[in-house]
Amino acid sequence: MPFDFSFVRADLSGRDCLPIELSEVGVAKGGRALIDDLNLSIGSGRRTVLMGPNGAGKSLTLRLLQGAIAPDKGVVTAGGRPLDASNRKRIGLVLQRPILLRRSVRANLDHALRAQRVAASARRDQIEELLTLAGLEHRADAPARGLSGGEQQRLSIVRALAAEPDVLLLDEPTASLDPHATQSIERLIDQTTEAGVKVVLVTHDCGQARRLADEVLFLHQGRLAEHTPAATFFKNPVSEPARAYLAGRLVL
Amino acid sequence: MQDFTQAFGEAFSLVAAGDAELFGIVSLSLRVTLTALVIACLIGLPLGAVLAATRFPGRRGLSVLASALMGLPPVVVGLLVYMMLSSAGPLGPLQLLYTPTAMIIAQAVLVTPIVVALTQQVIETLHAEYDEQLRIMGLSKLETLSTLLWEARFSLVTVALAGFGRAVAEVGAVMIVGGNIAHATRVMTTAIALETSKGELALALALGLILLAISLAVNAAAMTLRRSAHAAAAVA
Repeated sequence: MPFDFSFVRADLSGRDCLPIELSEVGVAKGGRALIDDLNLSIGSGRRTVLMGPNGAGKSLTLRLLQGAIAPDKGVVTAGGRPLDASNRKRIGLVLQRPILLRRSVRANLDHALRAQRVAASARRDQIEELLTLAGLEHRADAPARGLSGGEQQRLSIVRALAAEPDVLLLDEPTASLDPHATQSIERLIDQTTEAGVKVVLVTHDCGQARRLADEVLFLHQGRLAEHTPAATFFKNPVSEPARAYLAGRLVL
Repeated sequence: MQDFTQAFGEAFSLVAAGDAELFGIVSLSLRVTLTALVIACLIGLPLGAVLAATRFPGRRGLSVLASALMGLPPVVVGLLVYMMLSSAGPLGPLQLLYTPTAMIIAQAVLVTPIVVALTQQVIETLHAEYDEQLRIMGLSKLETLSTLLWEARFSLVTVALAGFGRAVAEVGAVMIVGGNIAHATRVMTTAIALETSKGELALALALGLILLAISLAVNAAAMTLRRSAHAAAAVA
């Protein structure tokens, strides 16, 4: 499809563009360790899928990767430097429940672009590109909060792309969506990776993980249980928790 | 009962005839109150948002103060502003006492705490919902505040209405600093008080009816605006 991705930096291959690393990271709440001694690196592979049972710390890990939450222990680095305002800008995060502004679809994108200090004249073109990418041209002037669940999720994904991130983190973008809406989100994820943006995705949907993943990170009880190429993970998982999870018999 | 019916009849004919004096009083009332409201909103909306969405030493004290001042009796505000503006007061040289400007100052002082405290409540709720998203988007503090204020616009209309209602209805403050001078500082509430004490119930009642009508019209207009804008933004 003839999408114009000129607004996304063209020199990115999506490979090792911005490696993000967690080293010995711990997060505790109320004396309970939610994440404990977590070491992982994101970077190789175009698409990384984060899997694990409920409470494994997947959403928390995504927030740590973007700096939305600071760890109690350990360090998070992006591109070899600890997370700060400048390298955080290169990492987008889409929350599971999109928080859209009480404005039109177009105004939501305009707001995101203004936050990136994009000049008014350039904003107009970029809004059109993002609308096309999301397949929301016909809904441009509709109130964002009146969109369907799938449309809201697509809007929040392209809103995050407005910042031209190198890495886009998605927290269960298709949870509670029907198959058709799920398909449209997966297509958008494909287009995003084709444009050179690395995608890290949390999902519970094994079918989706099979379709999208280049590599899988499997979290269990706040630790990394397994980090393998997708083919290996689904055929022959190394760790016991991952084997149990895929067989549907994981005990928390 | 006879008096009552007669007063009502005269009141309606005054309104219907477009009595010049009546018109002057009503328009001064609106000018004073709306100007005071604009000033109160210019100060109160940003301040309320800052109190709701930022953390700084003294924040809690300020928000307690704003809430406490919401219930300040208008006569006390009138007295304080009087002392500031009287020739012995610090602002005495400005010669503002017994002018509409003095009344605007008094009403602005009266209404600002209401706008601050109610705005803070509204923005606090929104901030809880938006905070993480706005931080992820990397907004500056200023951008966060302006985004929250705009997102709260429907509720803030109600906040402004509360301020308008308080200002347009109060009599104590404008009486003290304005002096209820005919054709200069006489507004609806002070005129009602005066005419009632003189036994001129017709004019008092006519003004009362107009005050009521203005309140109804302003509230109806705001509600219509709010509802249609609400529908347009499909606020969940």
